[in-house]
Amino acid sequence: MLDRRKFLVAGSAGAAALLANPRIAFARAATDKRFLFIIQRGAADGLAILAPTGDPAYAGLRGDLAKDAASGMRVDPMFTLHSALAETAKMYAAKQALLVHAVASPYRDRSHFDGQNVLESGAARAYGLKDGWMNRLLAQLPGDRAIALSPAVPLALRGAIPVESYAPSALPNAADDLMLRAGDLYARDAQLGPLWNQALAARAKAGEMAGGKGGAALGMLAARQMSGADGARIGMIETNGWDTHTGQNYRLAAQLKQLDATIAAFRDGLGSAAWANTVVLVATEFGRTAKANGTGGTDHGTGSVAMLIGGAVAGGRVIADWPGLSTGALYEGRDLRPTSDLDALVAGTMAQHFGLDPARAAGLLFPETRPTPMAQRLVIA
Amino acid sequence: MISTSFAESRFGLGARGDEPAAGSDPRGWAAAQLTRFDPHVAGIPDSRSVAVELADYLDLKQAARRLARDQQAMIPAAASSMLTPAAMPKPAKTPEIMAAQQAGRSAYATLVGARINSALVTPTPFAERLTHFWANHFAVSAAKQTTVGFAGLLEFEAIRPHIMGRFGDLLLAVEQHPAMLLFLDQATSIGPDSMTAQRGRNRAKKGLNENLAREIMELHTLGVRSGYTQADVTEFARALTGWTVAGIGRGQTAQLAQGDPGQFTFVDGLHEPGDRTIMGRRYRDGGQEQARAILSDLAVHPATAHHLAIKLATHFASDNPPPAMVKRLEEAFLKSGGDLPTVYRALIASPEAWTMATPKFRNPWDWTVASLRAIGVERIDGDATANLLNQLGQPIWKPDSPAGFDDVAAAWAGPDALVRRVEAAQRLAARASSKLDARLIAPLVLGAQLTPATATAISRSESPATGLALMLVSPEFLRR
Repeated sequence: MLDRRKFLVAGSAGAAALLANPRIAFARAATDKRFLFIIQRGAADGLAILAPTGDPAYAGLRGDLAKDAASGMRVDPMFTLHSALAETAKMYAAKQALLVHAVASPYRDRSHFDGQNVLESGAARAYGLKDGWMNRLLAQLPGDRAIALSPAVPLALRGAIPVESYAPSALPNAADDLMLRAGDLYARDAQLGPLWNQALAARAKAGEMAGGKGGAALGMLAARQMSGADGARIGMIETNGWDTHTGQNYRLAAQLKQLDATIAAFRDGLGSAAWANTVVLVATEFGRTAKANGTGGTDHGTGSVAMLIGGAVAGGRVIADWPGLSTGALYEGRDLRPTSDLDALVAGTMAQHFGLDPARAAGLLFPETRPTPMAQRLVIA
Repeated sequence: MISTSFAESRFGLGARGDEPAAGSDPRGWAAAQLTRFDPHVAGIPDSRSVAVELADYLDLKQAARRLARDQQAMIPAAASSMLTPAAMPKPAKTPEIMAAQQAGRSAYATLVGARINSALVTPTPFAERLTHFWANHFAVSAAKQTTVGFAGLLEFEAIRPHIMGRFGDLLLAVEQHPAMLLFLDQATSIGPDSMTAQRGRNRAKKGLNENLAREIMELHTLGVRSGYTQADVTEFARALTGWTVAGIGRGQTAQLAQGDPGQFTFVDGLHEPGDRTIMGRRYRDGGQEQARAILSDLAVHPATAHHLAIKLATHFASDNPPPAMVKRLEEAFLKSGGDLPTVYRALIASPEAWTMATPKFRNPWDWTVASLRAIGVERIDGDATANLLNQLGQPIWKPDSPAGFDDVAAAWAGPDALVRRVEAAQRLAARASSKLDARLIAPLVLGAQLTPATATAISRSESPATGLALMLVSPEFLRR
């Protein structure tokens, strides 16, 4: 089970039904429309990714953390896109990136596990639904296949329709985040601390430092899996390492560079014809505190940023009903107040992209919250 | 107060994350397993079937070699001298040969699967740990084509059924198992003055092989530098001639070894006649009984008791075995005539084994088993397990030497080994059910060993999988 490079995961339909399912024969896909969800696990800091540099409270709240924002791309009088997102900035200029700020799922507490559960299941609260909204979307697209670019199928894709998962090697480089956290634990250990430092030094020398090459490779891999007449049409990539309680400037820049490389490689790998039919959604479980903490980072918050990127996106703008960062405006006195509903954004995007009835799509994807789908043009028809 | 999770790590295979703890009496928990252990494991091949497949393979290889030789002979001498060695006809690797090779590998994978799956769900994890301990003590390697199928069977057929009996019976079962006889070349050892050697054409080529005799004395019983001499080894090797395996191979010695394929057999025609003297004691010639008598004496020798006591104390107490504990185990062994449960009881009673002040660093096998148990895995594929252990640096039943894998931290706690575990932990955690919550499991499997630092790190991890992975690579989980 550990070394199989490709495997299928059956939903409740079971293995027998899976074998009989014609989808597995890699039939020609029913549509050229493609959708890729890149989940940012760990609560990505929307206030640094798309910095509200025009908000008078921003610099004061953020201190040193505001520095990186100065060198990014000023997209309008209020917002600056992080400088590590160079390719994304180009796509924004080409009207292929739509940025949504002060957005959140229905989840309002601050547990990663629970927040991701809501983000992926599409439920009103954690553990309300057993399957994921992408699987329910897949059920509306007969003939299309979905793939998870990870060792196991994430919750968003789990459900009645069988979904493939693919991960490149038997023992991949551990995610930066796990390496950092393990390193923290070993630093206190007289035996393991020195061993760990030696190992990291050796790996850095060998040019294999985790994170040095992964982003672009992942994007290319996704493009390969989603190319061609028989390719998957729905895909999901999991990214970790967004939980920047410490060293945020450095860590977030590295994270965003990887994300930027993944999206660019995906775009280049698909080619312009397929890219024109593609929407990539980048979203996280919740945002981070408006104010910097005492350790060069930020803590768990609420509102954050979601991005729609792709040739099919009606981009080149920011959607934000900006709540402001004054103390009175902050959610519970500490977080960016959410003014947009992530579920409404997703429902509107999926309905427009795949030509589904918006209200019906919203009810199927988010049966508990039944959001009113965003009505404005998100996708080029 | 000793925590039961500590008992499960030190004496067992690590607590399962989906089961209640072992109870409030850790010593009683361990001791009760000595009588409850069921050595039987279902669904595995036996030596007979492995031997038949191996014999087929060796036949095919020999036929291919003969064919290649015949083809070479047909090339005129003048032409032959112009051909590079690489251009000469070679024994062909036919599909039949490859299929026969595959049969051995498949038996290996099946046995690896049986070993890990037994470890995952056993009701007697202390007994399983003892099985793994003895299998490493009597190490054979599956890296040879002749032993790939047999190596695991040594554990299932010779070790498991005897770990709760006398050491002498365990020793005899091991030394007569085909895996050991083949691995240490005993099956082809011929007494120089045996009937076969006297009649044979290749007298100079074949003869005594001391390999098994030496390793029995050095590794299995007395221990290195315990007083025996080269002369003792040679005498023991002579006594062992005739001990072989039936039904394997087609050589001169093998043809004499009739009987049930894959079973121990004694061939009188290979046996070196005469009395033998070992460590000052004389053993009358008596066919296979001669080596048996020597083994019986070695099994209860004081040096053997000391050697085994050191190994057990190293495994269960500390990389630096406490002398008082070694002495206690040694005495239990000698007083009981090598009764293993008596020795295990002395082990359980030893306070030195119950202190976390001297932690044991988990070797890759221990760590893998403990990890899978912690994250609630009940069944895993043999091939996948073999691959994982290859990557972690402890290929199952494939130690580099007959001394087995080292049992001290220095052998396993290395920089790259640590990173590989982090990588493997991420992989294992990613495959675990997302319903598993490391915040709840960590106190269960780590008990009092769980540090606030690890608990905090787990609670702050950004996904359930990262939480599980962190638990598996935490300093306290890397130790037992």
